[in-house]
Amino acid sequence: MSAVPLDAVVREEGRTEARPAGPAALGPPARLFPALSAVYRAQLSRARVARIPLLFVATFQSVGIMILMRGVVDGGGEARAVVAGSAVLVVAFVALNLLAQYFGRLRADGGLDHYATLPVPPAAVVLGAAAAYASFTVPGTIVTAIVGCGLFGLPLTHLWVLIAVIPLAGAALSGLGAALGLLAPRPELATLLGQMGMSAALLLGVLPADRMPTLLQYARDLLPSTYGVEAFANTFGPDPDWAVVALDLAVCAGVGVASLAVATWAYRRAAVR
Amino acid sequence: MRDLVKTYPAARGRRGRPATPEVRATDGITLTVRRGEIFGLLGPNGAGKSTLVRQLTGLMRPDSGGVDILGHDIVRHPERAARLLAYLGQDSTALDELTVSLAVETTGRLRGLDVHRARAERDAVLDELGLAPLASRPLKKLSGGQRRLACFATALVGERPLLVLDEPTTGMDPVARRAVWAAIDARRAEHGTTVVLVTHNVIEAETVLDRVAVLDEGKVIACDTPAGLKEQVADEVRVELVWRERAPLDVPEVAALRSSAVESGRRWALRLAPDEARAAVAAVTGGAAFAALDDFTLATPSLEDVYLALGGSGRGLVKG
Repeated sequence: MSAVPLDAVVREEGRTEARPAGPAALGPPARLFPALSAVYRAQLSRARVARIPLLFVATFQSVGIMILMRGVVDGGGEARAVVAGSAVLVVAFVALNLLAQYFGRLRADGGLDHYATLPVPPAAVVLGAAAAYASFTVPGTIVTAIVGCGLFGLPLTHLWVLIAVIPLAGAALSGLGAALGLLAPRPELATLLGQMGMSAALLLGVLPADRMPTLLQYARDLLPSTYGVEAFANTFGPDPDWAVVALDLAVCAGVGVASLAVATWAYRRAAVR
Repeated sequence: MRDLVKTYPAARGRRGRPATPEVRATDGITLTVRRGEIFGLLGPNGAGKSTLVRQLTGLMRPDSGGVDILGHDIVRHPERAARLLAYLGQDSTALDELTVSLAVETTGRLRGLDVHRARAERDAVLDELGLAPLASRPLKKLSGGQRRLACFATALVGERPLLVLDEPTTGMDPVARRAVWAAIDARRAEHGTTVVLVTHNVIEAETVLDRVAVLDEGKVIACDTPAGLKEQVADEVRVELVWRERAPLDVPEVAALRSSAVESGRRWALRLAPDEARAAVAAVTGGAAFAALDDFTLATPSLEDVYLALGGSGRGLVKG
């Protein structure tokens, strides 16, 4: 066998050679849910080892912000916004920032090849990783919410709503984080985008909206975490308007589906270059 | 060439930055690998081996040409590659933080095995490769060779008829290397597994491969069995002379050899025709030159010589 000139003439050669009896049987593909749960389990195990210190950082950061804001806000709606914003900030830190960094690095180092040469649906990889990062935020978010309620004298009655807020805000933010990480041409850029996304969640989510200039209020409306914050903040009131809470959560869910779809598309694009 | 299994002609031009000219990473490569063969891709860095492998595994679409694996058109259906082959890349980022055991099990599940099968195959593979004592340690805490072996283990779970391995034994100690080759041989004997192997390691290439393709600048410059390739340069013999302190250039025969020698310190390497080599050895082992001679070796050509003789552009392969 030898090298042939450019625009290989192998088609011709292929005709002259005997083909084997028929194509070989394909191996089994991995189905979506088993693959998703395998990725989720693996991601959670690596998160346990590698991310615990970062989770502490995220929680302390949020608690620190609340302590800081205690001198600025004087109870009422602003206090609710601060507590809700700080709690969701933990989700933003882990799901958006860390996931963007993870996928950025994976893409840059060629680690995606490992998944891309396995018969896995792209959605399973993205959803599994996103779900693992989102569920990893649970303890930090709960701790932050409880500490915040203590600091600002808010009722703990409706904290159960976090059961909906964490996965939905988590889906929206981790989808965004994964998409940023997979689309960024360089890992440094993925890190930068992740950090900026988190800073945006910090500024636009924690600071009371009424005091912002109009432009920033629009920006706030564009950030998916805002709706999680609003939904959570609403439940601290004496008589929460559950319809508004549900609407906010529905927006979160919608953004979540969209951003995860974009992330899945970005994964496909990054895997086959 | 009967029993055609894979043909991958690929002519790919990958565009670099706008300012640099187009680089052809693989330039009209045509190869056929037979079923059950251990086929090697040998070549210097940048020869196009990795690009070729990426095209073969469906990770990269060739600009033109076709890839046929076991009767499946991989250019038209790149997603089928994952169901036909297992790929061992050079990078382990995706697995680094997992334990060896979980990395292998997860890969098995992602290769379509159910939990029971994945666990059973995991245990079997870890035992086979002698990784069981390391099973509960995260990959990134292992040494380079151990990590490589763990990654190799992930390529073995969920049996595939084709293994594509990119430098599988880098950094491994001899025990681990032997485990790798034993595992490959066992699969070949039992299932007729085909192996496509990228390697830098000339010694390994000579001993384990059935056939080798030597790549340079995106082209196949030779393709044959290791012995067949060496025959192409069989009229040459490699002579290595090591002098005690410096070469005795006052001896005329030695001075004459200097022009064809590659010098590195006290060491001279020469490629000579057999009778020239005989004369050279006679000259340095008899007479005055012998006093200055520390050691000498006379060897038949290696694959490295083949590569150089075939006009490879690089300075030679890494020997290791």
